[in-house]
Amino acid sequence: MPGLSTSRIPPSMPPRAGVGLKAEHYRTILEVQPDIGFFEVHAENYMGPGGPPHRYLSAIAARYPISLHGVGLSIGGSSALDQSHLRRLRYLLERYNPVLFSEHLAWSTHDTSFFHDLLPLPYTNKTLWHVCEHIDEVQSEIGRQMLLENPSTYLSFSESTYSEVDFIAEVVMRTGCGLLLDVNNVFVASKNQQWDPFFYIDSYPLDKVQEIHLAGHKEEADERGQPLLIDTHDRPVSELVWQLFEHTIEQTGALPTLIEWDAALPAWTDLQAEAQCAERVMSLARFEKAFLCSSLIGWMTSRLRYLIRSFPYRRA
Amino acid sequence: MAGLIDALRETFPVTLRIVGADFFAAMARVYVASDPPRSPILLEYGGGFANFIEKFEPASSLPYLSDVCRIERAWLEAYHAPEALPIEMSQLKSVSPSEIPTLRLGLHPSVRLVRSKFPALTIWKTNIDGGTPIPVDLQAGGEDVLISRPHADVEVRSISRSAFTFVQAIASKSTILEAAEIALDSDPEFILSSALVAVFGSGLIVDSHTAGIARRIASEAEDEER
Repeated sequence: MPGLSTSRIPPSMPPRAGVGLKAEHYRTILEVQPDIGFFEVHAENYMGPGGPPHRYLSAIAARYPISLHGVGLSIGGSSALDQSHLRRLRYLLERYNPVLFSEHLAWSTHDTSFFHDLLPLPYTNKTLWHVCEHIDEVQSEIGRQMLLENPSTYLSFSESTYSEVDFIAEVVMRTGCGLLLDVNNVFVASKNQQWDPFFYIDSYPLDKVQEIHLAGHKEEADERGQPLLIDTHDRPVSELVWQLFEHTIEQTGALPTLIEWDAALPAWTDLQAEAQCAERVMSLARFEKAFLCSSLIGWMTSRLRYLIRSFPYRRA
Repeated sequence: MAGLIDALRETFPVTLRIVGADFFAAMARVYVASDPPRSPILLEYGGGFANFIEKFEPASSLPYLSDVCRIERAWLEAYHAPEALPIEMSQLKSVSPSEIPTLRLGLHPSVRLVRSKFPALTIWKTNIDGGTPIPVDLQAGGEDVLISRPHADVEVRSISRSAFTFVQAIASKSTILEAAEIALDSDPEFILSSALVAVFGSGLIVDSHTAGIARRIASEAEDEER
């Protein structure tokens, strides 16, 4: 197939913002060749044997770094990993040579039924063992490191004996996997379960984070009238999630950051504007880090931050 | 569950448009419960939706709906089908004329056929994005539809009854002679040469071979080794 990358060494991933690659934007991307850090694709959308998805992805992968994001491996489940699915993943990794590969800390498979939903798991010694076994299996099958993404949850299990952060830190220590920190998931889970998202970020193993996800969520109310956030990926990133992102970036420095927008897709330019907004937050954080030693400059950056904040993050 | 219904909405936009959002959501919910996915690949989901609709009592007033749904499903399958390079009819020149009737043609892996008692393709065409709404006479007779993706784009077209039968026979590995006989049975006006030009010209054929050719190639190879 022409357009296939011939190099087996992944191109490096710049610490820039990227967006999810959607079929609706294929043509625009190839015509306009926008300045964007990277594109991320859902692995399962490229598991058809042929057709336009592969043609476009090959053409786009020849021009941009690609990140492959799996949603169907069910790493958090207790049943054995689906071997044919694992082989399909390995094939995609070999074909497109993505810079990053990530999957979810969640389960979606029970026996032979696939729920196509990312379901949460309790954090116990038993689930820790399953998750680590699965990640070891994945990493040895694909011959590279994978990144594990923290879930967006609506409840916590009373049987959990680990906090989510401790559980994830333990998984990283035992398997050597990297992390994909979904800041929107942290925010959604924190509001639904009423804990402090900033504390979560501060105690997270941030040195293992290689990618960040940002997305929009929907605010509803549960039957008791309490706010219930749903991880919908169908709208702009919320103001509070931007603040949590900024708080994260101040500690990690700039990282490959993905704008996830999977439903009610905006025009390409609006999606790109959202990515540019993430890059502004990252460059501001870099600026502050470099100059914070001087109190005067510290004061100036705080004013600058205020000014930038008072601009709308997104185009109206 | 909501994700699965969304996936069906994306795969079957014309079916959705015909029955409306509420009816579609209710119908999809019953379907998802009766036929949960067996694969982690969402784009494969919905293979049984047309058969389900055919038996779905509340949709029985729209007897053409399941065939429209079959066209949509066939479009999706053709879209994701494996790549294969169509061959030219001129490549048959190397075959001796006496062997041509015994050739078995290999169809492009994207080829799908939908036979309907209703003008299902006309209904599909008027309801796709960019389609022009026209009055459809449901009594106008059936349509035979061929869906393929020989190159970059999916092509959907109406073909004659005999051409449909011919392609169907080729798909079931009949020889050219056998396929032509079956097509002639369905329509005495069937002309083999124009049917061959059409199937090659549309990029539907990716290989051809006869038992005779296979034997000859094998013996030539043996000769070379000697």
